[in-house]
Amino acid sequence: MTVTTAGVLFILSLVAALVAVHKPFGDYMYRVVSGTGHSRVERGIYRLVGVNPAAEQTWGVYARSLLAFSAVSVLFLYAFMRLQNHLWLSLGFDPVMTHGAWNTAVSFVTNTNWQWYSGESTMGHLVQMAGLAVQNFLSAAVGIAVAVALVRGFARSRTGELGNFWVDLTRITLRILLPICVLAAIVLMIGGAVQNLSGGTDVSTLTGGGQHLTGGPVASQEAIKDLGTNGGGFYNVNSAHPFENPTSWTNWLEIFLLLMIPFSLPRVFGRMVGQNRQGYAIAAVMAILALASITLTNVFELAGNGTVPQAVGAALEGKDVRFDVSNSATFAAATTLTSTGAVNSFHDSYTALGGGMLLVNMMLGEVAPGGVGAGLYGLLILAVITVFVAGLMVGRTPEYLGKKISSREIKLASLYFLITPALVLAGTAAAFATGNNSTALNVGPHGLSEVLYAFTSASNNNGSAFAGITVNTPWWNTALGLCMLLGRFLPIVFALALAGSLARQKPTPASEGTLPTHRPLFVGMVVGVTVVLVALTFLPALALGPLAEGL
Amino acid sequence: MRLPTWLAQHLAALRALLVFTVLLGLAYPLAMVAVGRVPGLDGKADGSLVSVDGRTVGSSLIGQSFTDADGNPVPRYFQSRPSAAGDGYDPTSTSASNLGPEDIVDTNATNPDDSTQSLLTQVCSRSKAVGELDGVDGRRPYCTPDGVGAVLAVFHRDGLTGPVTRVVSVNQTAPAAPFVSSYQGVPVEPAQPGHDYRAEGGLITPIRGDAPAIPAVPADAVTASASGLDPHISPAYAAIQVNRVARERGADPAAIRRLVSEHTTGRALGFMGAPAVNVLELNLALDQEFPAR
Repeated sequence: MTVTTAGVLFILSLVAALVAVHKPFGDYMYRVVSGTGHSRVERGIYRLVGVNPAAEQTWGVYARSLLAFSAVSVLFLYAFMRLQNHLWLSLGFDPVMTHGAWNTAVSFVTNTNWQWYSGESTMGHLVQMAGLAVQNFLSAAVGIAVAVALVRGFARSRTGELGNFWVDLTRITLRILLPICVLAAIVLMIGGAVQNLSGGTDVSTLTGGGQHLTGGPVASQEAIKDLGTNGGGFYNVNSAHPFENPTSWTNWLEIFLLLMIPFSLPRVFGRMVGQNRQGYAIAAVMAILALASITLTNVFELAGNGTVPQAVGAALEGKDVRFDVSNSATFAAATTLTSTGAVNSFHDSYTALGGGMLLVNMMLGEVAPGGVGAGLYGLLILAVITVFVAGLMVGRTPEYLGKKISSREIKLASLYFLITPALVLAGTAAAFATGNNSTALNVGPHGLSEVLYAFTSASNNNGSAFAGITVNTPWWNTALGLCMLLGRFLPIVFALALAGSLARQKPTPASEGTLPTHRPLFVGMVVGVTVVLVALTFLPALALGPLAEGL
Repeated sequence: MRLPTWLAQHLAALRALLVFTVLLGLAYPLAMVAVGRVPGLDGKADGSLVSVDGRTVGSSLIGQSFTDADGNPVPRYFQSRPSAAGDGYDPTSTSASNLGPEDIVDTNATNPDDSTQSLLTQVCSRSKAVGELDGVDGRRPYCTPDGVGAVLAVFHRDGLTGPVTRVVSVNQTAPAAPFVSSYQGVPVEPAQPGHDYRAEGGLITPIRGDAPAIPAVPADAVTASASGLDPHISPAYAAIQVNRVARERGADPAAIRRLVSEHTTGRALGFMGAPAVNVLELNLALDQEFPAR
């Protein structure tokens, strides 16, 4: 079997598996988020938290609950890291310094999982499992909750109520994330992922050298890292580490896990608005963009253009043998398309255009299929913008799912869309204006790409890096922390506000002038709008970085 | 007493966080640790450690350096890939090189300790070293015969245009002889320490040379892995090492080749990943079957 055939089969098998789970798993998630029965454990949690699960919230209360929860989470995580030397299983590590702890606390609460640190030499086991990994679950549940609340905005009418944040958070965590993680962690262990509380084993190697083999509760964290599109590795080299991702089939499983929820959420959307075909249309937009991107990344990496890849004979720098070029490229595309940011190969050493593709994936706004929840609400907002643009072009009434897209809705959607590009471009410019770009490892256009990648990754809550750049400085940790915070919560507030405004409307019956939003025409238009918006926003920056390097 | 709403909200948030921390941060991972104690799974959960005569010598998932104290390859062992993890295969400092595809100019400081090799030069020098160790052709495209990146800084009269006025082989420091004597009729000079020829206006031009398009030294032998702990090499890299290992151990190369194929894993399910040779397991088997004389 040739390298290309194997790579293509790898992608097709992932597609087949995602198609197979889309409906049953989407239906399951639909029942979770729309069910009203509570298990005994859930009722216990509501009692402990002190909330009434039957009470619904307006968008404002929903947003304030979410923000309060996230604020408390940041503070808790910050304190955890600052005090880790006093806690168990710290492995003798020092407390994390202030700017680093701020950055990491924000990073994990915002589902970004940008990492300035090396896990194996910075974080004790307790901080990893009871601090960071907890946020892997909760930040993922928050993302899905916001998506569900936005869809309720479309599905409901003449009401201010969007559900209950605490109920959504609890049900999503306990009924969706946790059971799958238990299964996935066990399967990963069977593959060879480690799961222990050991501080490591010192061994004397065959030639008499020393090696300290690290331990840790890795498999349990790995499962949610992928499933929740978080991406924060237990170890510095993330999913390239054989203890996190031991074999080529665990690699397949990890890619599947990170695509599973984002690609099944459109089904939830379809079910909730009572028209499955609307969900298929959204899934089709995601699939078209994702397949195009995965294909191009593979083509660029397998072609191996550039001086060093040509000298080597393959783009193999920063890639492990068991994944080879193609499966590494597929992982890289999937991780940047989903706002995961886990890596099984090092993007900094990718070919100029291959690495550029990964930047573009994030610049798409993480909607193809995007992070858990974030991808769906991001894409629904692009659909709203598309409906508006289409209305302007052909004189149709801007409506989506029976809701009028009036000036308030379009303002919220536009604000949502503008935040990340503003953060990315202003941040990159600020790094150069203040000379902080000098911490880049590479020089020339590739140095610019490293800076651009850092801000793109942080602002879009991805978390992967062109990792040559040194970001463990007060300036970088603070700046990227702000980008992650604003890039996560401002869009969430606008999405919830949009949900509130849609829910209050009464449904408008479809008329002659209504643009059908389930047809291929609409799918093509959303794809077009997404690509054009990204191209218009980022082409100049891309021209100075990856395009200058690769062309 | 009723708390103000904003405070009640934060208290609810704090309580929720604590409940979930216990559930997801303690119960879940510790339950998984317990599952990892199940016989059959415990070896894997503990890191797939391998022992020889009761002494733990490593993990079958984690690569090691098979070098002596000075970092030179021990010829009786199959060699792993280059590693950017610490001083090589250090699990406490895992890393990739993160150098980009156009990292082709060495920094050439007046103090040699401050100089760094470009990725291209690293590739070229590894290729040369492996070629010499294993008795194969170590030449590669864009590499000089002395094992650095074949890169010229070409100065034109008018910046980017006009006739060529001066040419420097940027990665070859005097007294090394440049890999080409002249370029477009202009004699090529070796580089002088302390100069940044790119900043001085030279156009950086890599030279392909006449090395075979498919070099004898395989790609994985000259590139650092993602993890810095890659336990595998490609079957091609193992193949060029067979004769050396056989010679060192006084064994029949065919027998060594058989051992290599026994430690080669194909693609999972026929299409996932790439065929790979586990170096530590192979070397352990070698010590067992063909102890060094």
